[in-house]
Amino acid sequence: MKTFGKRSLLILLLLLISSAGLFAADNTHIDSGATAWMLTSTALVLLMIPGLAMFYGGLVRSKNVLGTIMHSFVAMGIISVLWVIVGYSMCFGKNVLGGWFGWNSDYFFLKGIDTNIMDAGIPEYVFTMFQGKFAIITPALIAGAFAERVNFKAYCFFIAIWSLLVYNPLCHWVWASDGFLFHLGAKGAIDFAGGTVVHISAGVSGLVAALFLGARRGYPYQVIRPNNMVITMLGAGLLWVGWFGFNAGSSVSSGLSTAQALTATQVAAASGALSWILIESFHQGKATALGFASGILAGLVAVTPAAGVVQPYGAMILGLLASLVCYSAIQVKNRLGYDDSLDAFGIHGVGGIVGAILLTFFIRPSWMKEAATAAGGHWSLWNQLGVQGLAVTIAIVYAAVMTYIIIFILNKFIKFKSSESDEMAGLDRSYHGERGYGMLNPS
Amino acid sequence: MKLITAIIREVQLDKVREALIEADIKRITVSRVSGHGQQRIEEMYRGQIIIPDLIPKIRIEIGVNDAFVDITVNAILKAARTNGAGNVGDGKIFITPLEECIRIRTGERGGTAI
Repeated sequence: MKTFGKRSLLILLLLLISSAGLFAADNTHIDSGATAWMLTSTALVLLMIPGLAMFYGGLVRSKNVLGTIMHSFVAMGIISVLWVIVGYSMCFGKNVLGGWFGWNSDYFFLKGIDTNIMDAGIPEYVFTMFQGKFAIITPALIAGAFAERVNFKAYCFFIAIWSLLVYNPLCHWVWASDGFLFHLGAKGAIDFAGGTVVHISAGVSGLVAALFLGARRGYPYQVIRPNNMVITMLGAGLLWVGWFGFNAGSSVSSGLSTAQALTATQVAAASGALSWILIESFHQGKATALGFASGILAGLVAVTPAAGVVQPYGAMILGLLASLVCYSAIQVKNRLGYDDSLDAFGIHGVGGIVGAILLTFFIRPSWMKEAATAAGGHWSLWNQLGVQGLAVTIAIVYAAVMTYIIIFILNKFIKFKSSESDEMAGLDRSYHGERGYGMLNPS
Repeated sequence: MKLITAIIREVQLDKVREALIEADIKRITVSRVSGHGQQRIEEMYRGQIIIPDLIPKIRIEIGVNDAFVDITVNAILKAARTNGAGNVGDGKIFITPLEECIRIRTGERGGTAI
């Protein structure tokens, strides 16, 4: 009886809170145009994750195709749940622990935002779901660095802890209104849609993990070829399409800045892809499908931090430079012999760094004027370059150190690398008890 | 000349290939096959135990000159046997006489063409 009384009191309290929320909602107007586009963007970013699963899945051997696809899919499960429980709060709450990450008890289980409408005119649920998709794809990108040789259970724990300790703090620093990188310099470090938060952090963490785990059995003397380039190309296509949500959605509006980001995205992807097959044609004599797909990604990754501030010519040059530098990075990897299996660092890490640094030279004049006003009269390109360099360095160092610590400790509890027999049998059979294909020839 | 046909576990393919390469046997044909022997395996499909009547295996075919038969067979035996003592399902090796071998490019025949 006593508990019943307590419960009814609680329900009454909840009703009061929610009706208070309703009154608050009446004061803020929903911008249905912006909301519609943000809903679309949220779906588009989610589409990138099966896209990534297909892109990576096609590149591994047939015995690992499902295991690799599951690396992306399981992130949709684990990170979505974590995001609702604490992720959104850690990213977009108020500074705690000296600004290491954020916290807002209203965001815990998203319980306090049921009726919130943000200043941008969109329900806060839309914003949190949109941001949650970024949190999903980032750890899934890392999986490309250690494909074909990682224990599934250890991977699940790894992405959960990595998301909490690396992604959420970085996201808070760069995108929360009280994050310290958000306020670096005159108008903040420029990271429109996640060059540092998503691509540099994933790429660098991937490199650290790949070095820690060591190479796959037989690498590099045994030729390890893609099992199905067709699904890789379809995956690359889905990533390109989804990227419009990723970049143009990051304007959190439906207007001029959305259009600017959308255009920059298309231009950079196209110029990246074209540059890659041109470079490849000169260097190796043939334009490969994998090269075209890699170029698409290099261009998209490089324009991710830049999409809000560069004009089409800048995006075009960024795409070209990204392909040039990423292509070289992969050649260097082949010389050095470390096994970044699907070039998560070579494309996302390197491309992210190229974009975040070089975007400085293509910032549209109006942005520089606003920055100058904010700085009190003068703000040069070189000032901004310093800010970008600092933000990139912080992201690299933080991601590298934290990833190393996480893997080092996790490895004491669950062996991160597959045992030799599991690796030989393939991830599909060892961890999932399934096979991707029926009776294709072994590869 | 002999034709050596080995049916092995899928998982042992890497090891067998490595052993063959080490024994300097580098010309092989590999295919994915399925069949049924003494081995019975249980698989899970949607929570139900099923016993597939055909089990996937790897078939390796190698044409060799008589002097290489033992070397090849030993390499396969060593690499395809699991857990040292061997298990049901490790596979079989068949050796059949090979009447002729012709290299298509040159038309050479016999032992030199292998």
